[in-house]
Amino acid sequence: MAEQRHAEPAIRVAGLRKAFGEQLVLDGVDLDVARGETLTVLGRSGGGKSVLLKLLIGLQKPDAGSIHISGRELARLPLDGLNELRKKLGFLFQHAALYDSLTVRENVAFPLRRHTDLPDDERERRVRELLSHRGMEDDLDKLPGQISGGMKKRVGLARALAPDPEIMLLDEPTAGLDPITAAEMIGLIQDTRRAREMSAVVVTHDLRSVEALADRVVLLEGGKIKVEGTFDEVKRADDPFVAAFVRPTFGKAHE
Amino acid sequence: MAVQGTVSILEWFGELGIFCARLARAVIRPPYELRELARQMDEIGTKSLPLVVLSGAAIGAVLSLHTRDTLVLFGAKSQLPSLIILSVLRESGPIITALVVCGRVGAGIGAELGAMKVTEQIDAIEASAVNPYKLLVATRVVACMLMLPLLTIVADFCAIMTGWLTNRLVEPMSLSYYVSHGFQWVQFRDFLPTTAKTMVFGLLIGLIGCFQGTRTAGGTEGVGRSATTSVVIASLFVILADVVLVRLIMVLFG
Repeated sequence: MAEQRHAEPAIRVAGLRKAFGEQLVLDGVDLDVARGETLTVLGRSGGGKSVLLKLLIGLQKPDAGSIHISGRELARLPLDGLNELRKKLGFLFQHAALYDSLTVRENVAFPLRRHTDLPDDERERRVRELLSHRGMEDDLDKLPGQISGGMKKRVGLARALAPDPEIMLLDEPTAGLDPITAAEMIGLIQDTRRAREMSAVVVTHDLRSVEALADRVVLLEGGKIKVEGTFDEVKRADDPFVAAFVRPTFGKAHE
Repeated sequence: MAVQGTVSILEWFGELGIFCARLARAVIRPPYELRELARQMDEIGTKSLPLVVLSGAAIGAVLSLHTRDTLVLFGAKSQLPSLIILSVLRESGPIITALVVCGRVGAGIGAELGAMKVTEQIDAIEASAVNPYKLLVATRVVACMLMLPLLTIVADFCAIMTGWLTNRLVEPMSLSYYVSHGFQWVQFRDFLPTTAKTMVFGLLIGLIGCFQGTRTAGGTEGVGRSATTSVVIASLFVILADVVLVRLIMVLFG
């Protein structure tokens, strides 16, 4: 039984469909993410990648299809069950979504305060540990409005990692960052993955992130999976859309 | 066009109904967000205090100035304390407090939750396995309901005192005379039910502010729109509810 549980994927998505009014953003998406695996989702802006992540954590409901996280189907869970499951997931939002009335320290401590019985000093130690790894030990008392975009992403990552999740969902972790900060961010995610062997779904446009993080890549087009495989396999695909995506040539738009 | 407008209004009421059901569940079911409730009571109550004191005082002065000449005309000047105190306790105090709090707090809640919505902070709370209806909505609505009656008592007191002070500028009148004559006609129904009805005003202010805030769409423009519509709709609902509540109090308490 335990072996069977271990063998089941961390995430299983089948026939996922989601539309907003007339606009169909996901149209029958099937994918599995194995335990310890990092899946990178590529696709055009507005192509349903962020929606996919929000569906995975139950922030939105699919119109059709099923999502299983650690073997449990999201749609069948009552709110309490869904929240129990969410405690195993860490979510980094595209713009970090830090609580702007809370300091950096309070933001990272938020999930710990809510879901653990850690004493104050232990919680403080954990917050400092998470932030010191991200070079932010001197910014604990700053508000989100007082720190840069890159720092916000790092705090967002620390907050997502605070409850020690089994699965990470990262929405464009390097978007809007300069190349140096983006490389630091990728390094932080790699370190975390190595240290904790967690599964991850990373939505990104940044090919450097894909190269550094992805065990497997899926490319979405028109709400469907266009291509799936390792990054090298995807790079070798001869489809013009895939080629335009992974080997972009400036001045030549994909037709 | 008219059909589309009607459908939008019906949709709005439908969504409000669903929102109320979620809010009721969040308020009733433990765990309770007492820490956040205390913070919101401070934010909504304590920080509205200067505004409520000032507007209560202004209402007392205006009532005294307006009614004095009219009462002199009818030879009923001695009824001035009663008239000021009764009108403050029955209507002016509660409604002015509600409208002032609506302007400050209703807009604040609409804008704050609206900004949280468009910057995905509400999604982040939900993703952290915390019920945003409990943390954000229930605490604000309950804080509004608890603080409105207290703020009304403060506004009543200020209005009654400035009513006396304003009158005193024109002719000598001792505070004891003003109070004893003013309160001689005051009954249970003039104070307790009329102050308690402000809990309904608080419910409407908190509810509409939170509802408009959490359905914000369209970036900063949407946040501004939520703040404005929160105040406009909540003010309208408060005034309409007042009509019903005044009649209800008359029926229940004679």
